[in-house]
Amino acid sequence: MNARSLLPARRPVPGVFVALALTLAIGGTVVMIDGGQLFNQPTTVSLLHVAAGLGLVAVGQTLVILGGSLDLSVAYVISLSTLVAAETMNGSDGALLPAIGLALTVSAGVGLLNGLLVTKLRINAFIATLGVGLLLKGYLDSGYDGPSGTTAPALVQSLGYQRVGPIPLSFLLLVAVTGAAWFALSRTRFGHHLVAVGGDPEVARLSGVRNDRVLVTAHVLCALCAGLAGIYLASRLGSGAPRVGTEGLYDLESIAAVVIGGTALAGGRGGVIGTVGGVLLLASIDAIFNQLEVDAFFKQVIRGAIIIAAVAIYARRAMRKAAS
Amino acid sequence: MSDPRPAPLLALRGIGKSFLGVRVLDGVDLDVAPGEIHAVVGENGAGKSTLMKIVSGGYHPDEGTVELGGEPRAFRSPRDAQRAGIGIIHQEFNLLPERTVAENVYLGHEPVRRGLVDRREMLSRTRQLLVSIGETELPADARVGRLGVAQQQVVEIAKALALDAQLLIMDEPTASLADHEVELLYGLVRRLQDRGIGLLYVSHRLTEVFDLSSRITVLKDGRRVTTVPTAGTTADELVRHMVGRELSSYYPDRARADDLGPVRLTVRAGGNGKLHGVDLELRAGEVLGVGGLQGAGRSALARALFGVSPFTTGEVRLDATPIRLRSPRAAMRAGIAYVTEDRKGEGIVGRQSVLDNALLASRAVFAARSGRAARTVRIRELLAAVEVRAAGDDQEIRFLSGGNQQKVVLARWLALNPLILLFDEPTRGIDVGAKSAIHDLVRRLARDGAAVLMISSDLPELLGMSDRIVVMRDGRIAGELPGGATEEQVVALAVGTAREAVA
Repeated sequence: MNARSLLPARRPVPGVFVALALTLAIGGTVVMIDGGQLFNQPTTVSLLHVAAGLGLVAVGQTLVILGGSLDLSVAYVISLSTLVAAETMNGSDGALLPAIGLALTVSAGVGLLNGLLVTKLRINAFIATLGVGLLLKGYLDSGYDGPSGTTAPALVQSLGYQRVGPIPLSFLLLVAVTGAAWFALSRTRFGHHLVAVGGDPEVARLSGVRNDRVLVTAHVLCALCAGLAGIYLASRLGSGAPRVGTEGLYDLESIAAVVIGGTALAGGRGGVIGTVGGVLLLASIDAIFNQLEVDAFFKQVIRGAIIIAAVAIYARRAMRKAAS
Repeated sequence: MSDPRPAPLLALRGIGKSFLGVRVLDGVDLDVAPGEIHAVVGENGAGKSTLMKIVSGGYHPDEGTVELGGEPRAFRSPRDAQRAGIGIIHQEFNLLPERTVAENVYLGHEPVRRGLVDRREMLSRTRQLLVSIGETELPADARVGRLGVAQQQVVEIAKALALDAQLLIMDEPTASLADHEVELLYGLVRRLQDRGIGLLYVSHRLTEVFDLSSRITVLKDGRRVTTVPTAGTTADELVRHMVGRELSSYYPDRARADDLGPVRLTVRAGGNGKLHGVDLELRAGEVLGVGGLQGAGRSALARALFGVSPFTTGEVRLDATPIRLRSPRAAMRAGIAYVTEDRKGEGIVGRQSVLDNALLASRAVFAARSGRAARTVRIRELLAAVEVRAAGDDQEIRFLSGGNQQKVVLARWLALNPLILLFDEPTRGIDVGAKSAIHDLVRRLARDGAAVLMISSDLPELLGMSDRIVVMRDGRIAGELPGGATEEQVVALAVGTAREAVA
């Protein structure tokens, strides 16, 4: 038995980290020439805050995408979660835990609904989660004109603004959630089954995997992650915000981060580590452009180009793999 | 023992099943004793696959009972059947290419310790399993997508074995194995038999059925025709039961000298990543057989000629005019048709109708040439001419048997009136009856002036069909043999024991 065979057969570091390193190197240089500094305390902190919010959603999104599904309702779940959390807390630290519990329960409920629509009614995930998202949008639009509720000060002080050196507590939360998701994917039956369902549902079914249960679980976990992101955003904003999810483009950005991170959009291949790489890449580009005060529209063009380039590179790689 | 045969492990009583009003199985009885290898044969569409899916929990029977160890069981899912000790090796691979061997073998029943998947245990158990079936070379942590077809098959077998099955169903397990791998499978099957495992063995290859089984059940049109002890029957008798006719002239006559036309296609020193210095001539009116082991470059040759992975060096001439075949589209426009080896993956669009599948190539390449209505009429004629059996033109092709799918693929290409036809394993996984029909068709095409290149791993087919045979080895043409060559001559060239000679 050689040393290599003791290691799990994993693909090398996803290319996204190479891209991230390059982006930081080039971006840092350009910012420096421009007379600024990319890695001063405030920019680093703000970069990591952006990454934490998007990262929590994207890690959840990775799970459903790995399983061959998709969740377009996350942006609305985030908004809903900020409102449920902030309104239940109503500014009181005493209601902190029940509020978090309630926000997560409501989010999980939405995930359950998504999962059941996708598995039991066999509705295409795109349509099912879009529909659920629009349902939530209707509720949010009709019930709220602006911020509502007040986040408990304890949460604002901890999750919202507490830091360990330059690293916000929220980013550590992301690290923990990512670690848990990675662990679940590589070390639990659920994880193995999820990747199998995404790789080939028929193979999974014939191998005795309960596809529906696995996918529903993934949807619940995804919505829980979105709910967690909502709680985090409530801690930053100090109140519930009915449009924070959609205005932050968390649905599409989370999917973009997953894809940039090397997870196949069709499912069955990829992982959460790559996704965090994708999130950091998107957040870094944001930070660099903010420093350079680049036009917002141009920023979007660059992001679009990066997403397309990432998918093209992965497609080429898959083609070469198939040819060999 | 007073009882001459042990109590059956599996007993099927009066199994019936219909799909969309079409009766697929009707009153089928069958039993398997522990340690018995019970072969199930029949034409495609006879109901074998459906029956196997019922036993393994994939389908529920409309009528009848499945008894396991004397108790009636109603499997709600494959998982149910697995837990009861029924394993199945499917004809098509049921593997995840992105996952490792071990992850595939233990999918659905990963070993756990304290609630977590025990990778180390999973790997070591997989290694043990692989060693126990004589596969010491196959790494348990390799990604399945990187393995060759034969190795993937071994993973399939290991996967079924990992279930501790009492009853193992093998549905065409040798369809994609090379000869020496078939030998390995034989050994494995016998070892399973010694352990008291009952086997249901579905195969089109009668040789295997006779080599391995103790009893044979023949299915035809969803009914059981007969169950006979293998020792008391012959191949001819079986074929008669299966198709209702004698297996007389298995292969159509070869081309006569005056059938042969001019040289259509010439390859000089053709090469690419997988091929080296290929020289080849293909005449109108002939069937040129291509033999060789798996990976010898046979499919690569067809793919080069069809422009999928084109030649990067050398020269190709069509009717003496140099031509560059850089894409399938270019090849099709030059009058070349290619019936691929991988029917499910490259030959058919499963969810499209029979008609759409048949029209695929015509629509793609010659969109403007003829009216839609005329084209549809012509395709319907072709579908009838190749005798496709389907519920209708609008039936989704994935519901057809392999033989009928292949006929639709043939009709697709015939619609283009091709001058050159490339067949890659045209009868793989196809039953005896449909096989002869395809053989007849191939010969008829040649007689009508087409130049046919036919790759086949089935030696009797290669020898029976070809007017000339080229044998490939390591991406090169190892030698050429005349039509009447023997199996030994082909094998000798394929493995490289014969002196290289070009006739």
